[in-house]
Amino acid sequence: MKMLKLQIDGQELQAQKGTTILQAAKSIGIDIPTLCHSENLKPYGACRLCMVEITKDERTRLVASCVYEIEDGLVVKTNTERVKKIRRMIIELLWPSLTGLAKEYDVASSRFWPKETECNLCGLCVRYCSEIRKLDAVYFKGRGIDRELAIVPELARECAFCHQCHELCTGGWIVYHSDQAF
Amino acid sequence: MPRLKSPDDLYELREKLKQERDQRHTCVTICSGTGCIACRSQDVVAEFEREMAEKGLEDKVALRRTGCYGLCERGPIVVILPERICYLGTKAEDVSEIVSETLVKGRHVDRLLYEDVETGQRIVRLDDIPFYRKQERLLLEANSLVDPKRIEDYIAIGGYSALAKVLLEMNAEAVIEEIEKAGLRGRGGGGFPVGSKWRTTRDVPSDPKYIIVNADEGDPGAYMDRSILEGNPHSVLEGLIIGAFAIGSQKGYVYVRQEYPLAVENTEIAIKQLEEYGLIGKDILGSGFSFTVDIQRGAGAFVSGESSALMSAIEGKVGEPRLKYVHTAVKGLWDKPTCLNNVETFANVPLIINNGSDWYGRIGSDNSKGTKIFSLVGKVNNTGLVEIPMGMSLREIVYDIGGGIPNGKKFKAVQTGGPSGGVLPEGMLDIPVDFDRLEKVGSMMGSGGMIVMDEDTCMVDTARYYTDFLAHESCGKCVPCREGLRQMLRILDNITSGKGREGDIELLEELSEFLQEAAFCALGSTAPNPVLSTIAHFRDEYDAHIRDKRCPSGVCKDLIAYQIDAEACIGCGTCARNCPVDAISEVEGENTVYEIDQGKCIKCGNCIDVCPPKVEAVVKISSSVLLESA
Ligand SMILES: Cc1cc2nc3c(=O)[nH]c(=O)nc-3n(C[C@H](O)[C@H](O)[C@H](O)COP(=O)(O)O)c2cc1C
Ligand code: FES
Repeated sequence: MKMLKLQIDGQELQAQKGTTILQAAKSIGIDIPTLCHSENLKPYGACRLCMVEITKDERTRLVASCVYEIEDGLVVKTNTERVKKIRRMIIELLWPSLTGLAKEYDVASSRFWPKETECNLCGLCVRYCSEIRKLDAVYFKGRGIDRELAIVPELARECAFCHQCHELCTGGWIVYHSDQAF
Repeated sequence: MPRLKSPDDLYELREKLKQERDQRHTCVTICSGTGCIACRSQDVVAEFEREMAEKGLEDKVALRRTGCYGLCERGPIVVILPERICYLGTKAEDVSEIVSETLVKGRHVDRLLYEDVETGQRIVRLDDIPFYRKQERLLLEANSLVDPKRIEDYIAIGGYSALAKVLLEMNAEAVIEEIEKAGLRGRGGGGFPVGSKWRTTRDVPSDPKYIIVNADEGDPGAYMDRSILEGNPHSVLEGLIIGAFAIGSQKGYVYVRQEYPLAVENTEIAIKQLEEYGLIGKDILGSGFSFTVDIQRGAGAFVSGESSALMSAIEGKVGEPRLKYVHTAVKGLWDKPTCLNNVETFANVPLIINNGSDWYGRIGSDNSKGTKIFSLVGKVNNTGLVEIPMGMSLREIVYDIGGGIPNGKKFKAVQTGGPSGGVLPEGMLDIPVDFDRLEKVGSMMGSGGMIVMDEDTCMVDTARYYTDFLAHESCGKCVPCREGLRQMLRILDNITSGKGREGDIELLEELSEFLQEAAFCALGSTAPNPVLSTIAHFRDEYDAHIRDKRCPSGVCKDLIAYQIDAEACIGCGTCARNCPVDAISEVEGENTVYEIDQGKCIKCGNCIDVCPPKVEAVVKISSSVLLESA
C-alpha cells in the first residue's frame, strides 16, 4: 500500500493512501470532535464538527476530516480559530446535545431557540440499521427543516427487539422511540 | 424512415426537406408552449386547420405548432412568416378574420397587433415590439422555426449538421478546443467553463463514462430550460451527442423534472425519431461512434438539481447531495467519470460548432460569452422569457425590454440568481449582467431567474421568503444548513412580525458566515445570499422593523393596520360586505360611516381593494401609529 506524507498540527507523519484526515490524526493522538461519525460506518460528513483547515498548493480551505482522504504534502490544522468558531456555532445550534464539548469550547449557553426534538439527525441509527443490521427499519422522513426520523411500521416489531443501534444514539430519539413504535 | 448512414445521406435529406418547405412560402406559426396551451392555443390551431381547408389554402400556406415565443402572458401567440406579423392574445374566434384578411388579402388585423403603451401605435412585426427589439435570440429564435415534434423541421433548418461535422471532420480534441476557445460557460448556475469540464472527463481513463443533461430547473418561477426542451429538444440532444463524442461516453441521460410533462413528451418523441434516423444508436452516420440516451424523471425538489444529488437520484437512491471531495467529472454516476451540463449549455454547442468559436466569441462580454436566457417576472410591464447577449445592463433589461415598472410605481430592486441569489438596488442597475460581475456584487447569474420588485416590496419579507424556501427545499442532512436556516428563518419571522431585537442583524450575519464556511453543499453555502444582500442594500428597512416596529413598504401584516377615514367614507358599505371576518360595522351617528374592529381584522386588504376609487376612504397605516393614538 502506498504511504503518503503529511503534516497535522505541526507533526509530520506517514499514513496509507485512502486514510481519512480524522483517522490519520487519531493515529498520532490528535482528537478531532465528531458527532455523526462511527468507525464502523461509512463516513457521512453531515455534522461538520470535524471540519479542519487544510492547505494544498498554497490554497487553504475547510474540509470535513471524516471524509477527506489524505494526500501527499497536505498540511492540516485541526484547531484554528476559524475551525473553533464553526464548532462553537454547532454546539449552540444543537444545544444542549453537546454539553461535553461545550466546556472545552467555552460555550456557556445558546443564543438560539432550542430544537423541538431530542434527535440530532446524525443518522447513526439509520446508517447502522442499513449498513450493518441490513434491516432499514429507521429512515429520514421529509426534507429540509422538516426532516425527522421515522420507523417503518412493518418493521417496528423487529426494531423494538433489536436495540443494537442504541449505543450509537447521540440525542436519545431512537432509544425512546424504538419501543414506542411497536 | 430511412436510416442515415453517412453525412451525405443527411445533407440529401436536408435538401429534400428544404425544398418541401420552400414550396409553401407563407407559414402560420402558433405557439404551443405550456403558457400558450394554457390559453387554449390548441383551439386556435384546430380553427386554422379548418379555415384553411375550407378556403383551400393548405397547398399554399403551411401551419406549424412551435415552442415558446417568450411573451407567454400575451398568448396565444400567432406569427405569420416570412413577414413575421405577430398577433397577440389570438382566440379561435379571431382565426377566420386572420385567414380572410391576412392570408387572403395581405392585410393586418389591427386589433390583434401589439399596441405601444405610450404612443398607441400598432406594431406589425414581432422584431419591432420593444420586448423583442433588444434581444438577441440565438437559441430561442429556432423555437419559431421548428415544430418540436418533427425532427424533419430541425433537419431542414440545418439541424444535426454540427454533429455530422464533429463526427466526420473533427476529433474529440478539436471539439474540446473549439468549445474552450468559444469560452462557453455552464448555464446551470455556476458558470463553470464547459471545455475544461469536458477535458477533465475525457482525460480520466475509464469505460463507461456518462453524460447528463440537467433539466431539473427547480427555481420557482423560472422556465428557461422548460421552454428550450419543449420547443426545440433536438438542439439540446445534438449538443449532448457532440459532448458525448468529445468526452468518449456512450451513454447519456436527460434528467427532467416530472412536473414538465410536455418537455418529457417532446424529448421522448425526439429520442425516438433520432433512433429511427440512426442519429443515435450504433455507428452514427457511419462514423463508428455509438451512443444511446435515456430519460430520467426527477421528483422535483430544488436540491435534486445539485450535481451529486441528481446522480444519486439516477442511481435510484435518495436525491441528496453526497460527499464530493473528488469532482463528479472524475467520479460521478456509479463512481464513473460523468459530465453534467445544463439544458441551455448543451443548446449552445451546435451553434458554436456550426459558426465557429470566433463568431461566438464576439457575442457577450469579456469573460461571459454568448447569450443568456432570463425569465423576467415580477413588477415589470412585459414579463416573459428574454434572451440577451451577456454584458447588457440590468437597466436595459428592466426598462427597455421589460418596459419599466407598472402603475407609475418606483423601482426598488431586482433579484437575480434564483432562491439563493441576491437583490440589487437601483444604484446597481448599470452593472453589466455577466457571471463575474453579478457574483462580485453579492448576487449571481444562477440559472436565469430575474424578479423585479417595486416600492411596495418589503425587503425583509423578501429575505424571509427565500430563506423559508431554502429551509424547506434543502435536504436537511447537514447541521449548518438545517439548523442554521431554521434559526435564520426564526429570526426573520420575528423581525417581520414586530418581535425583532437589537442584535438580530448581527446574528443573521454570523449565521450567514457560518453557512458559507461550513455547509455540506452549494445550496447551504449560497443560502445566505438573500439575507446578506438585503442587509447590505436595505439595512434601513431592517432597522425600521426592529426599532420602530414599522414595515416601510406596508407589507408585513403584523406591522400594518387598515383604518377608515370617517371624513371620506360615503357609507356605501361595500367594504363591510366584502370583509370575510365581519370586522367592519356601521358607526352610530348623523352620517352613515363604517369602522374597522382592529381586534377582528385579519388584514387581508379586501376593504382597501373594494372601496370605490373616487372615495378611497380605507387607508393602510403602520400599526404602531394605531398604538400611539390609542
Ligand atoms: C441546490 C442546487 C440546485 C441546482 N439546480 C440546478 C438546476 O435545476 N439545473 C441546473 O442545470 N443546474 C442546477 N444546479 C447546478 C448543478 O449542480 C451543476 O452545476 C450544473 O448542472 C452543471 O451544468 P453547467 O456547467 O452546464 O451549468 C444546482 C446546484 C445547486 C447547488
Ligand atoms: S463527523 Fe460529522 S461531519 Fe465529520
